[in-house]
Amino acid sequence: MKPPAFRYHAPTDLAEALDALAEVGHDGKVLAGGQSLIPMLNMRLAAPAHLVDINGLGELAYVRTDPGGVAVGALARHAEVEADEAAHAVVPLLRQGLRLVAHPVIRNRGTTVGSLAHADPSGEMTAVLALLGGSMTLARKGGTRTVAAEDFFVGPLEASIEEGELAVAAYFPRLPGRTGTEFVEIARRHGDYAMCGVAAAVTVDDDLRIVSARAAYLSLSPVPLVLDLTDALIGRTADTAVWQDAATLAAGSLEPEGDIHATAEYRAQLAGVLTVRALRTATERAALVDPNGNTGTTSTERSAR
Amino acid sequence: MTETQIPTEQRLDIRLSVNGVPHTTTVTPRRLLSDCLRHDLGLTGTHVGCEHGVCGACTVRVDGKPMRACLMFAVSAQGHEITTVEGLAEPDGTMHPVQQAFRECHGLQCGFCTPGFLTVVSAFLEENPTPTEEEAREAVSGNLCRCTGYQNIVKSVLRAAEITEERKGCAHAEGDAR
Repeated sequence: MKPPAFRYHAPTDLAEALDALAEVGHDGKVLAGGQSLIPMLNMRLAAPAHLVDINGLGELAYVRTDPGGVAVGALARHAEVEADEAAHAVVPLLRQGLRLVAHPVIRNRGTTVGSLAHADPSGEMTAVLALLGGSMTLARKGGTRTVAAEDFFVGPLEASIEEGELAVAAYFPRLPGRTGTEFVEIARRHGDYAMCGVAAAVTVDDDLRIVSARAAYLSLSPVPLVLDLTDALIGRTADTAVWQDAATLAAGSLEPEGDIHATAEYRAQLAGVLTVRALRTATERAALVDPNGNTGTTSTERSAR
Repeated sequence: MTETQIPTEQRLDIRLSVNGVPHTTTVTPRRLLSDCLRHDLGLTGTHVGCEHGVCGACTVRVDGKPMRACLMFAVSAQGHEITTVEGLAEPDGTMHPVQQAFRECHGLQCGFCTPGFLTVVSAFLEENPTPTEEEAREAVSGNLCRCTGYQNIVKSVLRAAEITEERKGCAHAEGDAR
């Protein structure tokens, strides 16, 4: 099908874009990569009266890494963030999640900030931002504000972006100490939306014993769900951990719903299996992290990709 | 009888560079790049399948990178170099290595999905000239073929890598002869 008619705005800098958004109010929608928005328009699931195309805002096409984390601008394409070595060194979970976002061709156009603003509960980046405790920067005419991930995702396809606001950047903080991460998911077809996905972060001490274990789930709840599973694993190592205990602990907090793709029971089963896989790999990676190193990554991890 | 006023839709003059050739046309902002290429510019090599980014038939290269033409507006393509399947062969008609490989290995059946595969694979081999079979499979994972011919498509990807290498060798040999 074809998109419904809309009025097209093509600002060339941020100030102009914010003016346009302020002017069009609730009838306006932002177009960045368009890899989620244009299918919705093509299928007539959305019909905004105005589209503000921010593809001319080159100033927002950045991936900036500092020792504390990675800032991603609104026009950075998934593929650019995925390929960024400095970002990978500081926040390996970004690439681990991005490689599962649709297909490479979609990642060439789609933006990381755009998928966060889209707030799809099946979106990998929502789980990454939630697990890392990251934040979003929202700009409007006359001001900006920063919203923590836990307050940003309000419901399915609903983020706390107000009328006239533009999501200009996302910040993915680096996890401290000996922390390893992993992102796994199961989809019916490679690149499809996951029936269930799990991102995990495990921190170990100098004796490689687990001190903290957390997991974020996608496609299971209206907003990204982050669970603290430390109680099931604390004091254990990768070799002595009883992974099933963590899966059991997680299962108590998960209330998956069934749909055309998978029953609730099947999703719960997937969540358990993926929890174990993600936690185990994250723990093994944590042991390889040099806590004094500046990068928080390892050579094996790099060669694995 | 009262006349209902039908609002006139916004129309924009755009300039597109496709396969190195500049074009000017007038479109509504909602004109998809895929439709603009086919209907406004007459470049019907780009095929349209699902129109929501799943099948990959409409894939073109934008500044060298494969992208879905059904998930871009023509107005957004201004200032970028678009390469469609028509732009893959050499000016003298010599087939692109990927085209030759698809012919040799029976990588096309009905041919509908082929333009999307060719644009994706041509870009993939520039990034990864010596793919493994697994990498070849991953590279085409975003494209659907309803003749279910993936075995031969994967073979074609690997063969295209060989042809590219062979042609490089020939070019060197010719250079040496001179």
